[in-house]
Amino acid sequence: MEKENLRLDEIIREENIVFHKTSLLTDKVFSYCPGCGHGVVHRVIMEIIEELGIQSDTIGISPVGCSVFAYDFMNIDMQQAAHGRAPAVATGIKRCWPEKYVFTYQGDGDLAAIGTSETIHACNRGENIAIFFINNGIYGMTGGQMAPTTLSGMKSSTTPYGRDTMLMGNPIKMTELVATLPGTYFVTRQAVHTALYVRKFKKAARMAFENQKLKKGLSFIEVVSNCNSGWKMSPLQANRWMEENMLAFYPPGDIKINGELIKKT
Amino acid sequence: MAKIKGAIVIDVERCKGCELCMDSCPTDVIRMEKKVNGKGYHYAYMENPENCTGCINCALVCPDAVITVYRKKFED
Ligand SMILES: Cc1ncc(C[n+]2csc(CCOP(=O)(O)OP(=O)(O)O)c2C)c(N)n1
Ligand code: SF4
Ligand code: SF4
Ligand code: SF4
Ligand SMILES: [Mg+2]
Repeated sequence: MEKENLRLDEIIREENIVFHKTSLLTDKVFSYCPGCGHGVVHRVIMEIIEELGIQSDTIGISPVGCSVFAYDFMNIDMQQAAHGRAPAVATGIKRCWPEKYVFTYQGDGDLAAIGTSETIHACNRGENIAIFFINNGIYGMTGGQMAPTTLSGMKSSTTPYGRDTMLMGNPIKMTELVATLPGTYFVTRQAVHTALYVRKFKKAARMAFENQKLKKGLSFIEVVSNCNSGWKMSPLQANRWMEENMLAFYPPGDIKINGELIKKT
Repeated sequence: MAKIKGAIVIDVERCKGCELCMDSCPTDVIRMEKKVNGKGYHYAYMENPENCTGCINCALVCPDAVITVYRKKFED
């Protein structure tokens, strides 16, 4: 045991660090529930901005939803938008400062319900921004109500017996939908519940920022995520349920790259 | 033979006890402490530190970015 401790002393030294929290996250403790995917998505976006060295040239738009306080956690210039209006606010900012990197961060209630119109028109106009769409199939912040993205049969506080699509309509695949619009340049669906998925998401997030230099249209990155509180599960249960159910309906992978559809939608 | 050894340091007071790191570790390094931190969460710790390779999986999935990972090559 003593020998092991000695080794730890040798390993745990500044020069041996291979991973640490990016300085582009503030010291504020995330307001998210234990195990919530929002924290991972925040971190990865900030890591990319740090690696690209664009901290002072990036403006983020935070939504209404659990991530409303993203501006408290992301150590960059941020603007908070009214519910669903982030793509419109991002459009204005990008058009005033075309050389800045501009992204929105939005939940599924924000992007696929109250903000559907703003989302579709920004995508169709081909604004040179990035949209990060965190889809947990529910209105997390307000108590787990059904969202347009809620799966068929999925329980929520407003569908206690499961979503009945005959009565409540079908879940909407925003990502496939915006991929059909000419203004989108890069469209992909990712997840962040395992290390492998986090690595893939990071590549996609990097592309979303690099694309902005090309001025060829909008990058749309869906992240299928959990809402363990709203789903009434433990974080580990929620991630397993998500893998089996959410990813079956919302399959991860690239849909459109360099303006070309690569997957049938 | 050269050997790669890793170690993690968890910011205990900021850990929310979600267990995702424990589940993500391929070499079974992490367990949850029976004691709780100031917020009442059972925080993560290295139960089997000798197994750690410094692969960073745990840090990648940690939603609260509270894990720092170290890796060192030993010649012996
Ligand atoms: C104009 C307006 N309508 C409704 C609300 C209530 N509201 C707050 S957050 C939210 C939904 C958030 O869900 P989502 O975007 O999926 O984010 P999550 O919390 O799940 O991450 C709603 C309906 C509001 N704040 N403003
Ligand atoms: S309510 Fe859901 S989305 Fe909101 S912080 Fe908790 S787990 Fe995350
Ligand atoms: S760095 Fe890798 S091996 Fe070490 S505790 Fe984390 S997941 Fe396990
Ligand atoms: S993943 Fe992070 S917050 Fe969750 S138990 Fe592990 S160290 Fe704590
Ligand atoms: Mg949601």
